[in-house]
Amino acid sequence: MIKIAELSKSFGKLNALKNISMELLGGQLTALIGPNGSGKTTLIKSILSLVKPTSGRIEIQGKNIGNDDNYRTSIGYMPQIGRFPDHIKVYQIFDLLKNIRKIPDHMLDEDLYLEFNINSFRDKAMGTLSGGMRQKVNAAIAFLFNPRILILDEPTSGLDPISSEILKNKISTENKKGKLVILSSHILSDIDEITTHVAYMQEGNLIFNGSFEDLQLKSNEIKLGKAIAYLMRSQQSNITQ
Amino acid sequence: MPKLILYIFRDILRNKIVIALSIFLFAVSFVLFNLEENSSKAMLSILNMALIITPLISMIFAAIHYYNSYEFIELMLAQPISRKKILSSEFFALGLALSVALLAGLGLPLIIYQSGIDGIWLLTTTIPLAWSCIAIAFAITVNIRDKAKGIGTVLLLWFYLSLIYDGLILFTMFSLSDYPLEKITLGLIALNPIDLARVSIMLKMDVSALMGYTGALYKHFFGSVYGFAFTFGILLLWIIVPLFIAHHSFQKKDI
Repeated sequence: MIKIAELSKSFGKLNALKNISMELLGGQLTALIGPNGSGKTTLIKSILSLVKPTSGRIEIQGKNIGNDDNYRTSIGYMPQIGRFPDHIKVYQIFDLLKNIRKIPDHMLDEDLYLEFNINSFRDKAMGTLSGGMRQKVNAAIAFLFNPRILILDEPTSGLDPISSEILKNKISTENKKGKLVILSSHILSDIDEITTHVAYMQEGNLIFNGSFEDLQLKSNEIKLGKAIAYLMRSQQSNITQ
Repeated sequence: MPKLILYIFRDILRNKIVIALSIFLFAVSFVLFNLEENSSKAMLSILNMALIITPLISMIFAAIHYYNSYEFIELMLAQPISRKKILSSEFFALGLALSVALLAGLGLPLIIYQSGIDGIWLLTTTIPLAWSCIAIAFAITVNIRDKAKGIGTVLLLWFYLSLIYDGLILFTMFSLSDYPLEKITLGLIALNPIDLARVSIMLKMDVSALMGYTGALYKHFFGSVYGFAFTFGILLLWIIVPLFIAHHSFQKKDI
């Protein structure tokens, strides 16, 4: 579904992405992992063409993302921080996005809207919502249009345990339906059970990209956190050698 | 896109700064009309105040609004909608909201005190001036990532356009007073939208008679249909050119 070829991005002297090539297919749930400043967000933003790459190509469903904006109809995005204009009401945000996406009502996926009970605060202004409530709105928006690709940046941060569980279940269900999910998270124990693939980044390089099982075999660890620790260690010994 | 403009517009209208601007303009014009016996003198004071406050608030508010909307813009850009549409929506929503604020703050007192044609001139020049200031602010803020630096630059530019530029023109005219500089000065005035607005309104009022030969010459020019077209054409350029620069930079920008 997503094919990235020799993608590089530099901000001035800083090379945020260094020659990244990877392919992501439907039905994968790829956990994008790496320390702060490793280029995860830049990679996600490149896929959304929020960041314009210095060189390299990104193809989504076989098409190069050039100046075409329509490819984003197949993507649902949940940003790390979702701020909205303070005086816009919750239902107006949904109204606005429905107006932009123009998808008939019966094709909408309102599961999260209902499960998070967003209806109970639909008349509140966005500026009065708590961080967790805003995150719920963000999550509901990402899933609302039944996109084939879901890109979630730190989706569970700020959510209470119950909501976080609801969201994880939803991610897993959609993934099993054959959707591609790209998920970045720092809380590895959170995504242990749902991850199928792992992409590990460090300083703009893609160090590991493969299935979780391969990583488990390679590292001889079952838990995602420990497997990643193994990757980090092996990376460090590479440098010292 | 109309819906996006509408929602952003409504959001801005509820903003405290916009409401405060309206109330402030209304209160000051009201007081000035009551204090001054001579209504054309009051008009001149209102003109001076409006031409200081409007560009200041338009530029600073547009800059603050842009930076505060950054995450929202990011979210919208993840939707299948072009960058051009998003920046245009923000621009039109701001322009419309400030126009409403100016109509309420300046327009109402002008109607109540029956200021006649002078009042209409004041409004028809101040409103395009506000749009132009928003466009100028966008051209700057889109190119500067840091909020404090961006707002600071906008503020400095306002200071330059409203105060320093006048001083420079006066200085040039004074030191070169032996030469016929009328046409050159006219050109210099057109290079600053705030000055252009001020001069064109002032020359439509009675006070221009006090300005001697130059005043008479400009009155002849600005009073003609040609002068009218000139003022609005240049003001329009002062909206289109900065907006074009803003769009051009926004298109290539990393969010």
